[in-house]
Amino acid sequence: MADVNRGNRPLSPHLTIYRPQLTSMTSIVTRITGNALLISALLVVWWFLAAATSPAYFATADAVLTSWFGDLVMTLSLWGLWYHTLAGVRHLIWDNAVGLDLDTAYKLGYAVIGGSVLLTLLTIAVIV
Amino acid sequence: MRYLTDRKRATGMGSAKTGTEHFWAMKVSSVALLVLVPLFVFTFGPMLGEPHEAVVAYFARPFPAIVAALTILVTFKHFKDGVQVLIEDYVHGLNQKVAIILMVCLSYAAAATGLFAIARIAL
Repeated sequence: MADVNRGNRPLSPHLTIYRPQLTSMTSIVTRITGNALLISALLVVWWFLAAATSPAYFATADAVLTSWFGDLVMTLSLWGLWYHTLAGVRHLIWDNAVGLDLDTAYKLGYAVIGGSVLLTLLTIAVIV
Repeated sequence: MRYLTDRKRATGMGSAKTGTEHFWAMKVSSVALLVLVPLFVFTFGPMLGEPHEAVVAYFARPFPAIVAALTILVTFKHFKDGVQVLIEDYVHGLNQKVAIILMVCLSYAAAATGLFAIARIAL
């Protein structure tokens, strides 16, 4: 009924006392990668703007993006992009109320981690 | 109070009352990006580090230009909606509103800049 035990239910455990699991960690990394990709997205827009402006400006932007630090940022972003993409596919699957049992959720988690590393290496092999 | 049903108590109590539209917008943009991201990675990727003339000539072609324009547009739409949820979870009060407005403006500004650049290269 409507008023049974209202406000006197057990609290779910807080983040600080939760033992990390594959499911929770792959979830938070989805959020981190998705939002951190703003940095490389802005860098790419800047690169296009520089290319549209002048050869000299393009040389500057291209030098930043292909410096050792630019390579580091773009390589991490490439992994983040594939991770977020695969994790997004996992959400599209879950949206159908499919694969929500622990066993399948763990398998999908390992697939997202393994797949993102594999796709990153594959992409680097193809485009570099 | 006790005579109110759970349904009556819950109606209209949602955070923004537009959760379904937000969910659907994220779903549509994520499916679109599932197609666009691989296309963009394998068109933009090889051009990174190439000389200026090569880059301008490549993105003057219809397919790479349209893929780049669509990817930038849909990415920043998806980011705008996604970062809003991030902010809503961790920032509250006035700061929350300021942060969401800043991120919405940044998303539109970045998308417009990207589209302008592609148009200028392609046309």
